[in-house]
Amino acid sequence: MKLIFAPLFVLAGLPLFAAEDLSKPIEALRSVQKEGQGNEAAGKAWQEIVKADAANLPDVLKGMNGANPLAENWLRAAVGVIADEALKAKKLPVETLVAFLKDTQNSPGPRVVAFDLIQRADAKLAESLTPTLLNDVSSDLRRHPVAKLIEAGDAALEKKDKDQAITAFTKGLGGARDEDQIKELTKKLRDLDQKVDLPRHFGFLMSWKLIAPFSNADRGGFDTVYPPEKELKFDASYEGKTTAVKWVDFTSKDEYGKIDFNKPFGMEKSAVGYAAADFLSTEERPAEIRIGCKNGWKVWLNGELLFARDEYHRGAKLDQYKLPCQLKKGKNMILVKCCQNEQKEQWTVEWEFQLRVCDATGTAILAER
Amino acid sequence: MNEAILKIKTPDSVLQTMKTSFVLVFCLHLSSFAFADWLQFRGPNATAVSSEAKVPAETLKIAWTADLPGRGLSAPIVVGDKVFVTSSSGPGQETLHVFCFNAKDGTKKWERVMRTTGRTMTHPKTSVAAPTPCSDGERVFALFSSNDLFAFDLGGNLLWLRGLTFDYANASNSLGMAQSPVVMDGTLVVQSENDSESFAAGLDVATGRNQWKLERPKAANWSSATLWKGAVALQSSKGILAVEPATGKTVWDYTDGASTTPSSVVSGELLYAVSHGITALAPEKGSVTQLWRNEKLNPGTASPLVLGDHIYVVNGAGVLIKASLKNGDELWKLRLKGPFSGSPVAAGKSIYAVNERGIFQTIAPDAPEGKVTQEIELKETVLTTPAVSGGAIYVRSDAKLWKLQ
Repeated sequence: MKLIFAPLFVLAGLPLFAAEDLSKPIEALRSVQKEGQGNEAAGKAWQEIVKADAANLPDVLKGMNGANPLAENWLRAAVGVIADEALKAKKLPVETLVAFLKDTQNSPGPRVVAFDLIQRADAKLAESLTPTLLNDVSSDLRRHPVAKLIEAGDAALEKKDKDQAITAFTKGLGGARDEDQIKELTKKLRDLDQKVDLPRHFGFLMSWKLIAPFSNADRGGFDTVYPPEKELKFDASYEGKTTAVKWVDFTSKDEYGKIDFNKPFGMEKSAVGYAAADFLSTEERPAEIRIGCKNGWKVWLNGELLFARDEYHRGAKLDQYKLPCQLKKGKNMILVKCCQNEQKEQWTVEWEFQLRVCDATGTAILAER
Repeated sequence: MNEAILKIKTPDSVLQTMKTSFVLVFCLHLSSFAFADWLQFRGPNATAVSSEAKVPAETLKIAWTADLPGRGLSAPIVVGDKVFVTSSSGPGQETLHVFCFNAKDGTKKWERVMRTTGRTMTHPKTSVAAPTPCSDGERVFALFSSNDLFAFDLGGNLLWLRGLTFDYANASNSLGMAQSPVVMDGTLVVQSENDSESFAAGLDVATGRNQWKLERPKAANWSSATLWKGAVALQSSKGILAVEPATGKTVWDYTDGASTTPSSVVSGELLYAVSHGITALAPEKGSVTQLWRNEKLNPGTASPLVLGDHIYVVNGAGVLIKASLKNGDELWKLRLKGPFSGSPVAAGKSIYAVNERGIFQTIAPDAPEGKVTQEIELKETVLTTPAVSGGAIYVRSDAKLWKLQ
């Protein structure tokens, strides 16, 4: 009897063949919160997880699903340690990782980690998976197939096959969500006499009602509640910085959707402006309002303040701030407060913002017309 | 070890113990010579001057080179036989790397990869991996411009992490942040000073939890803290506030303004503030006395250093200025090959500086008018400050980490 059972005990003692139950330490990592809450327990749990065998990788990756960004980082670091050992021992469970990647019910973060691991273990396999990721919910994963399509288009151009190049670049642009790739593809397509509608691709809101200037003396206007924050009456007139102010219509001609207060109101300093736009949504849905602005700003959606930022002239870029929100079906009102300060240097002239509505991947959500 | 020695009674075993102890002490001595520590931005006490007896050779060569991904202008730090450096990679620099290399041969001991939870926008010249990590000898603390902060033990085990912009949503700077943390007496002091939600905080090194958090001037700030007699001196446009590391309570406060880029330097009891040029301060608990001020000693981006009886400043034109520590009087000027983003460091009687074009320069400051004694072309853009340890100098670019020996 003893001799018969002995090999089974030996097998049971080997972690190589069976995943351990890591649910408790994973939960400890998922429980971390702001200001270091849960760090002590997480530190101990992390040590337990990294001792696990590669067979546990899918469980640790699944632990990242829906985790807050801090917990995601705890788990990402643990995956890295387990994977490093598995790669050295050539034991990375590649097939399981492929299945994890393909299951779009998993969160984008761990799926990106899974793809990176597949790439490290088997670059050819990763490349074969790349075309399937063109319309992925992860903008990170989309980069790979978009890059391949750029290469394919360039190769077609080398062979003087303009149509094939246009097809590749157009397909690439359809999948591209990162600004650098969008800019590159736009240039390539325009060089081939193709039209690209960038405001539509990004989902910039181009038409607004604007009112300005209210006073931002001593930067106090940022926290001053002017009438547009209390009511949106587009036929009303209010006391402004020096004279009465009223709403005007403004449509941007900038293909990156810049709404420039200097254009209708002159080069004002120490001034506050407001911009309001309707956004008709076909459904109730989660969304992101993304804003780029180098002035002080606040954004409200349907009367709810989403975020406020009092930094001036340190730079602006596309998607500088991502504001998760919930669109309601039908009319949504977006209100932007844009504050210009007192600085007089040439690089402080801008009094503008750009704003788009999109999903978490960066795919434009277009308003119903 | 002492306890073991006391228990040994026989003459033979005493002799054996003495031999063993001698060997151990000798080995420890050797090891301290071979690998001494450079634990933070500008090394021991943030002075930029090596405290080791062993100094780099007169003529240096590249001993090894290691590849790095993405971007980075944080300086390397050295703990024992390990060199730590940080990088950020990816299209938006959202991927964060912490590396540990073997100081002896440049092989990678470990790498940890994380993701930003804060904002990654920076001026194109800088990067998300801008603040230099620091260590208390047991742990490494890696802070990034995104306000992500990680604590590892020397073996690469993640001890704790924080997302300071995740915690305090307006703590960010669209030009990027670069203030390097310091660690003192069990407290890690971090600064996240910007135009909006500006603060400094003392964190428990064991847990990463706040021990204290101070509101700081609402103004972008890239200068790093200096250490003054058991206090942490926080520099900003308003001046320099020295606080107790454990509590954040004020020790003294100098309020006549200071630079937001180059950092001040301490030598002995005195602090040489980058304030209206250089202002020599004699702080005491509760008060600060100004000893001298020289507005012509005007550092560009690089922080000053004190070596012997002199202070050295690299101005915005890449000119190294030597001045008296007693009164700030200028002694000579030496035009280096600039421009400089990183700060000079020193060991023995030499000063070392790397310009933005990657030209590593060794300077003999005791020469009558100063003299550049060696140049090494690293052939890459270098925007960071070197580290000195074990008779070697470590320099990094975006893509490379070099050991010069």
